[in-house]
Amino acid sequence: MSLLEVDALTVRYGADAVVDDLSFALEPGEALGLVGESGSGKSQTALAVMGLLPATAAVGGSIRFAGTDLRGLGRKAMNRLRSVSLAIVFQDPSLALNPYLTIGRQLTAILHAHDLARGPDALARAEAALADVGLPDPRRQLAAYPHELSGGMRQRVMIAAALLGKPDLLIADEPTTALDVTVQAQILELLDRLRDHTSLLLITHDLGVIAGHCERMLVMESGRLVESGSTATVFRAPEHAATQALIGAATDLAVDSPPAGDSDFLMSADALSVGYPAGRSQRLAAVRELSLALRRGETLAVVGESGSGKTSVARALCGLVAPAGGSVVFAGKRLGATLAERDLGLKRRIQLVFQDPAGSLSPGMKVAEIVAEPLRVHEPGLAREEVRRRVEAALADVGLGPEYLGRYPHELSGGQAQRTAIARALVLRPELLVCDEAVAALDGSVRARLLARLKAVQANTGLGILFIAHDLAVVRQIAHRVAVMYLGRIVEAGETDAVFGNPRHPYTRALIDAVPVPDPLRPAGRNSLSGEIPSPLAPPSGCAFHPRCRWSEPRCVAGRPALERIGGEPRRVACWRAEDPELVTTPG
Amino acid sequence: MLAFTLRRLLAAIPTLFLVVLGAFLLVRAAPGGPFDEERVLPAELEANLLAAYHLDEPLPTQFLRYVGGVLTGDFGPSYGYRDYTVGQLIAQAFPLSLMIGGLAMLLALALGISAGAVAALRPNTALDRGVMALSMTGISIPVFVIAPLLVLAFGVSLDWLPVGWSGSGGISRLVLPVVALALPQVAHIARLTRAGLIEVLESDYIRTARAQGLPTSTLLLVHAARPALVPVLSYLGPAIAGILTGSVVIEQVFGIPGLGQFFVNGALNRDYTLVLGIVVFYATLIVLLNLAVDILYATLDPRIRLT
Repeated sequence: MSLLEVDALTVRYGADAVVDDLSFALEPGEALGLVGESGSGKSQTALAVMGLLPATAAVGGSIRFAGTDLRGLGRKAMNRLRSVSLAIVFQDPSLALNPYLTIGRQLTAILHAHDLARGPDALARAEAALADVGLPDPRRQLAAYPHELSGGMRQRVMIAAALLGKPDLLIADEPTTALDVTVQAQILELLDRLRDHTSLLLITHDLGVIAGHCERMLVMESGRLVESGSTATVFRAPEHAATQALIGAATDLAVDSPPAGDSDFLMSADALSVGYPAGRSQRLAAVRELSLALRRGETLAVVGESGSGKTSVARALCGLVAPAGGSVVFAGKRLGATLAERDLGLKRRIQLVFQDPAGSLSPGMKVAEIVAEPLRVHEPGLAREEVRRRVEAALADVGLGPEYLGRYPHELSGGQAQRTAIARALVLRPELLVCDEAVAALDGSVRARLLARLKAVQANTGLGILFIAHDLAVVRQIAHRVAVMYLGRIVEAGETDAVFGNPRHPYTRALIDAVPVPDPLRPAGRNSLSGEIPSPLAPPSGCAFHPRCRWSEPRCVAGRPALERIGGEPRRVACWRAEDPELVTTPG
Repeated sequence: MLAFTLRRLLAAIPTLFLVVLGAFLLVRAAPGGPFDEERVLPAELEANLLAAYHLDEPLPTQFLRYVGGVLTGDFGPSYGYRDYTVGQLIAQAFPLSLMIGGLAMLLALALGISAGAVAALRPNTALDRGVMALSMTGISIPVFVIAPLLVLAFGVSLDWLPVGWSGSGGISRLVLPVVALALPQVAHIARLTRAGLIEVLESDYIRTARAQGLPTSTLLLVHAARPALVPVLSYLGPAIAGILTGSVVIEQVFGIPGLGQFFVNGALNRDYTLVLGIVVFYATLIVLLNLAVDILYATLDPRIRLT
């Protein structure tokens, strides 16, 4: 008997079927991957299995768990199965944990509810569960609140909570999408290790995640199952267009060659430092004496884990935060430290796109008004007709037709909203576009199309793009040059192909190794990097990376290597052993 | 926490100073004086009276004299109640006002939170709509309309409860004033609780708790209660101020010898020191209670650090 049997499952909201006639089975001990873009119905399927769909959903078909029809169960009977037989880990651990309760309280509530343990026993079991998921100092974490933990630690807590009742089936719904790539590798490893007797339904849009961790996979599109089979087979010979698109989005790493050696820089930062007050007398140094430069028509990517300081670089360049030191030169002129010190004409030439499209569009304005707003500020004399023409042109640049003009942000998908935000930036015809994780929230294929649009705009207008990202696959798709940041400093920078094809800094190498590869025959997401980025309040001595570096030696603790060009190559590296053949050839 | 409290108390000093200055000028701007009567006093007598109370000095001097007195805890003599100091009058009248106001606040919290929670648990049902319509009525009708209506209904027509303060009645005479004072606050608190709880129940962490198979009671009491009550807590400051101003009307309507009635009489009689004293007293009270609310806020939400 299968552990989970879904038969002809349909989920409708009004006339829209978000899951349409879906059937599959999951065997005991199996790890099954469920992939598809957002809106394909995979999360709705997970919620249906858990009995968590909202009352507005009309559900049809059957869901059987170990022979029991879950849809026929009352609320109390379903509650008894949850945690003990069925458990789920959600995407974003910063939202899925209750910010008002300690970790210990949230874990013991589960044990109490299912009569698994009480009093000191419950605390001891919660502590043991935290230790199992690799949380350091678990006893202390019991008293911690979620906001005191990092994103990776929070997701470990979520997994500990899900496994607390020793469920037979664990559903993981995009468990690593909100996390850094190095942390993602750790979490996937953890899921593999902990599920000795637990079956796994792994839901993701990232085929790289599936490849190394699931034997069998299902592909969904628009609520329907379009392909299924062993992971190896599906990867080798994808039959459906949706599968091919997903695989394409994950493997398309081609980069155009950078613009010809134009030596005058559009923008350059010299010895830029950014700090924030932290507590009474401390100061958090987010960016330390960082220098970089960007040519016209070029895309420079700044990559690193959260906490590396990459967003602070973007903010300082845009004048959103006053740098603590250093200077920024734009088109030959030194820029004022903050927006207040920059004149209007200059502001228009540098535009910014943020990560969260929903949060950066005013909910009360229509798309037409949102995109026209910068024109009203910067070109107040423009005729109504001309404004409309410019707005439509900017929307067309990002692939949105005039039918979107009258829509409100809540009527847009994530991809459409982000394209609106980019159109708003492009409508002023800026010379520099700063994208701060601008595509991080988008699906693979939506992202690929948007990046292609940006490249086209760049080819037409010579736009310079500073691209802040943590996703290396995205960076490979768009960036001519890349700078890798760690704790406020660049540790390696150069042409994208050179840096990614042959990384010379151990941190770059670890980042690349951690990327899940969409190839089931290769072990995905090798995790050569342990732990998480240290606090910028107390950076390690010498080379800041040394506590996590497997090649660390005494001189790394004592002194910090400078960012230097190596052996005639188009890149600079900050590592004592950058040219050490062992470091170059030994796999991570 | 201690540093935060001290800093906030220091920051309250300029606020209170401005309150005293504003009240002082307003009282003096009103026409008439504390010793004006229908029969005009002989000029000599009036001059003596004014001199005795330092009212013949220039206004800035009087103000400084008054502030100096307040700083040493002396609100001065009442002009209207000749044998009492303002301090004595406040000490005598405040306990009654405190009891009525405190009971009204407790009643408002108990009724408002339960009504709001009931509505939130069955959103968009007849029950929810009924509760919300009632509370909208409560918000729309001012205290000085509700109070006489309650008196008319329960005091006069039904004759269940005493209509005023005088005479016998014991505890039953508290019922109508406390209810009248609490009703508008019940309405506000019910709406805030409903909105807060509905939002919390739709949050991802409640979905997590549901997925963990927690019973509804745990879901509500352990997971949802604290976040849902945060909006109610932040409304407590305005609620306290609303009850204080409401008490001025209520005490007048029911003839309760509380601070509110002294305040109204003081204003009518140009009893400068009494009016000023009560204003300073209430302003200080509101500042302190708001500070208490902020500290409570930080204990409710662990992400808030008082610095």
